[in-house]
Amino acid sequence: MARIATSTGWRERLGAWKVRWGIGRNSFIVPPGLYAIGHPTPDDPVVVTANYRMTFDIIRRALAGRDIWLLVLETYGINVWCAAGKGTFGTGEVVRRVAATGLARVVSHRRLILPILGAAGVAAHQVAARSGFTVSYAAIRARDLPAYLDNGMVTTPAMREQTFSWYERLVLIPVEVVSAMKTILPAAAALLLVGWIVAGPDAGIALAFGLVGAALTGIVAGPLLLPLLPTRSFALKGTFAGLAWAFCFYRLAGGPSWSLPLVIASLLALPAVSAFYTLNFTGCTPFTSRSGVRKEMRLGLPAMASALALAGLLLILGGLA
Amino acid sequence: MRGFHYLKNVATVRLDQEVCIGCGRCLEVCPHQVFAREGKKAGIRERDDCMECGACALNCPVKAISVDAGVGCASGMINEWLREHGFGRGGGGSCA
Repeated sequence: MARIATSTGWRERLGAWKVRWGIGRNSFIVPPGLYAIGHPTPDDPVVVTANYRMTFDIIRRALAGRDIWLLVLETYGINVWCAAGKGTFGTGEVVRRVAATGLARVVSHRRLILPILGAAGVAAHQVAARSGFTVSYAAIRARDLPAYLDNGMVTTPAMREQTFSWYERLVLIPVEVVSAMKTILPAAAALLLVGWIVAGPDAGIALAFGLVGAALTGIVAGPLLLPLLPTRSFALKGTFAGLAWAFCFYRLAGGPSWSLPLVIASLLALPAVSAFYTLNFTGCTPFTSRSGVRKEMRLGLPAMASALALAGLLLILGGLA
Repeated sequence: MRGFHYLKNVATVRLDQEVCIGCGRCLEVCPHQVFAREGKKAGIRERDDCMECGACALNCPVKAISVDAGVGCASGMINEWLREHGFGRGGGGSCA
């Protein structure tokens, strides 16, 4: 069995930084199995986690200085929350990994400590029935594990409460920007080309700039300003952010000289693009529901598509000049 | 959840108190404190705080809880829709 270090250095930090930008995310994994932190005895607790490398690094750092067993599940390099949603951090894998590692022969107790966000994939009573190990859901965040262990394995209300701070939102943004740019950059290039051909280089550059700005407003400003933007709807939050961008764009790109159809087109298209990307951020939040997103999409996507179509029509009718 | 609330009156979580045995698992696994103890049973404290992760229903040993749980992200649902309607590239999105 592998004994693992609990101090992480520049290599882990660089690795975490790279995956936050979407570089090599699919190979940032740890082999599943049973690991020892410190010198655990058969009486020491077993903490269960995913085999996403960043998760693994956070957990072992949090458990520095302790003697503890770490059971790493095969979640195919996906974090606990997302893997639980897909079922790979699930009842079947817990039971399978307990058996495959011979855990029952390594430890004398019959207790597994799981992260609370893993509960969406694991049925504790079924794990108990199938493996003989009881499941304790400890905390949402790994950094609360030491307090949980020192507290006689009792979860405090704070350990059970989800948060979504400014920083917790910030770290999610780079990978969203990188993945969205795969669509936005070709679209911006197409707008640049069409605008250039029809109305000259300035128009082409302005169109592409407007689009990229609207997308970044939806991807970066929307999530960062989330609690400050009005309404509960992500699509509307994005719309408000997009309207602010449309105003900035008007000032930056020589708005006072635009024709009326052009002004209206920018007020329709830019907020629609921002709204789409802020709505898309629901996938990164720990508090939006499937039913809510479905409702927003049913109402929002047709509205966004209509706004874009109308804006396109106005651009053609009103001329790009 | 402090500071964040999603749409009202959409969450599908339901608890059948007749069936509930009061084990308290739902209170343990819910990251948004949707449930609260009501006497010897669980009760729904704030349905609108539910994000439909499904942890409560999955961990309820007597199946007293139901919720339409699943992936709640827009691009995931768009991909799902595209696949169902025959134009899809299969997987996709950044969530593997």
